Amino acid sequence: MAEAALIAAEVPSAQTRMARPSRLGDQAFEWLTLAMAFTVVVLIILTGWQLWSGSTLAIKKFGFHFLTASTWDPVAEQFGALPFIYGTLVSSLLALLIAVPLGIATAAYLTELAPLWIRQPLISLIEMLAAIPSVILGLWGIFVMIPWLRNYPVPWLKRLLGWTPFFSGAMYGPSMLAGGIIIAIMILPIITSVSREILRSVPDLQREAAYALGATRWEATRIAVLSYAKKGLFGAVILGLGRALGETMAVTMVIGNTPQIALSLFKPGYTLASVLANEFTEATTDMYLQALFAIGLVLFGITILVNLLAQLLLRTIATQSVTRAVQ
Amino acid sequence: MRFETAHQHTWRKIKSGLACTTAFVSAVLVISPLGLVFCYLLINGAASVNWDFFTKLPAPVGAVGGGMANAIVGSLELLALAGVIGIPVGVLGGVYLAEYGSARINSVLRFLADVLNGIPSITWGVVVYGLIVLRFKGFSAYAGGFALALIMIPLIVRTTEEVILLVPNGYREASLALGVSRWKTIIHIVLKTASKGIITGILLALARVGGETAPLLFTAFGNRFWNHSLNQPIAALPLQIFTYAISPYDDWHRQAWAGALVLVTGVFFVNILVRILTRGSGASVV
Repeated sequence: MAEAALIAAEVPSAQTRMARPSRLGDQAFEWLTLAMAFTVVVLIILTGWQLWSGSTLAIKKFGFHFLTASTWDPVAEQFGALPFIYGTLVSSLLALLIAVPLGIATAAYLTELAPLWIRQPLISLIEMLAAIPSVILGLWGIFVMIPWLRNYPVPWLKRLLGWTPFFSGAMYGPSMLAGGIIIAIMILPIITSVSREILRSVPDLQREAAYALGATRWEATRIAVLSYAKKGLFGAVILGLGRALGETMAVTMVIGNTPQIALSLFKPGYTLASVLANEFTEATTDMYLQALFAIGLVLFGITILVNLLAQLLLRTIATQSVTRAVQ
Repeated sequence: MRFETAHQHTWRKIKSGLACTTAFVSAVLVISPLGLVFCYLLINGAASVNWDFFTKLPAPVGAVGGGMANAIVGSLELLALAGVIGIPVGVLGGVYLAEYGSARINSVLRFLADVLNGIPSITWGVVVYGLIVLRFKGFSAYAGGFALALIMIPLIVRTTEEVILLVPNGYREASLALGVSRWKTIIHIVLKTASKGIITGILLALARVGGETAPLLFTAFGNRFWNHSLNQPIAALPLQIFTYAISPYDDWHRQAWAGALVLVTGVFFVNILVRILTRGSGASVV
């Protein structure tokens, strides 16, 4: 009896303990993870704010003229970003011109045309290419690619297309052409792997229908797969453009770093990212530093817009695998 | 009704063959830089990778020899600093996305993380320069590590989230049914089950930032000597390669090739390790 009473006495207390377990740990943990997840929001705001507040004086002094002026003279404190914007756009477009056809063709090869056994090794190799640090590609660019370009393709290009303004004059080494090619190599892996995921997400029904109508392999790829995936492939291209615009080290090492606007691709150029890399530690005056922060702001603005666009395009057809390839 | 002639049929087949060949050539062109870069690294760098390279400081201008011991150690220190900040923030952020958070908040956060991944890495250098270097009046290892951490965070958030989503719900339910609180369930059951995939993501993020130069240029700044305090500028392998590559000295060029060979070997080693780790287990993504 005494025992039963003891148990009876204990049960309610155990129940009250069970009924009100501490939720403090759960709450705290949820808030902690929430705070960590919100760092991505904080990072974007912080970056925008820091770049803006670092360049207010320059923005006040130059205004929109900063984007259209082509003089970059730290000594006279005249700063215009046009040569850098021009260099960034031209080198990136050149890179896209090379990388987009190659990347999409490779993606089509990997998903549609290649024998099965060759696919996985090729994919692994492309992932390895993506892992090469930019500075190493730049080193290779300086000592291997530029001499090779000067000896073989350039004389040939001059003979063939020398009459156009784009291939006029002599190439002494570092040049817009070298910059564009290096950027192309840097963005090829991402364009290829994102395009591949997009082509993979094309439903098999598309292919089967084409084959049932008697299409050859290439016809099925062109009509049923590539045209079906047009929008996603465009997203992949824009994503590649975003990476191209921000590519820094390899370009800095081969583009020549001369703030000029020259039509010829054999002439040296300069990009937004390169001027930051080269001149940031040399900025001796406040206005110089402010102007460089403003360059950073322009670069941040352009790349964030391009990336937003790319993500929106990719989201509409997004499968998990596509977003995974983006990383 | 008109049937195609045998001639037309052959022509279509030839066209298909030509297209396949073109696509094959493209694929070869895409991967050829990998082989070319690696071959030249071996040709130009292998001879200079010796005992001195790993144990000595850089030689003064004009003197032959020397090594990059300080840069290798510096890179590891920077990675450790970046990891201390980037790994917990990234993993816990990924936990929020996978375990808590409404669908709407999550899609916004995911979107922003992907956008952040596309921001040029030099931007983080500029931001950290403004936030830390200007404020504390000097380049430092802390600033460099912080810049690298900022690059790691969105990468790790995304990979962690994806791996955690693969953990079957039954595991969580079983644990909760035993009266384990939710946060303990997440730490002991969910994170433990997903640990292999999470570690894979962390390793890849470290390999990625280990090769970064741009965000270190004006945060860690580089140093020709040993770093004795994390408040001081510190050397890093990619920075040293950059400095040497654009210098006018042949001996420095040789050192740059050797450094590049060591760096690329490290990065490839991690990538291959990850591939081996994840082989055979369908649950591990990335």
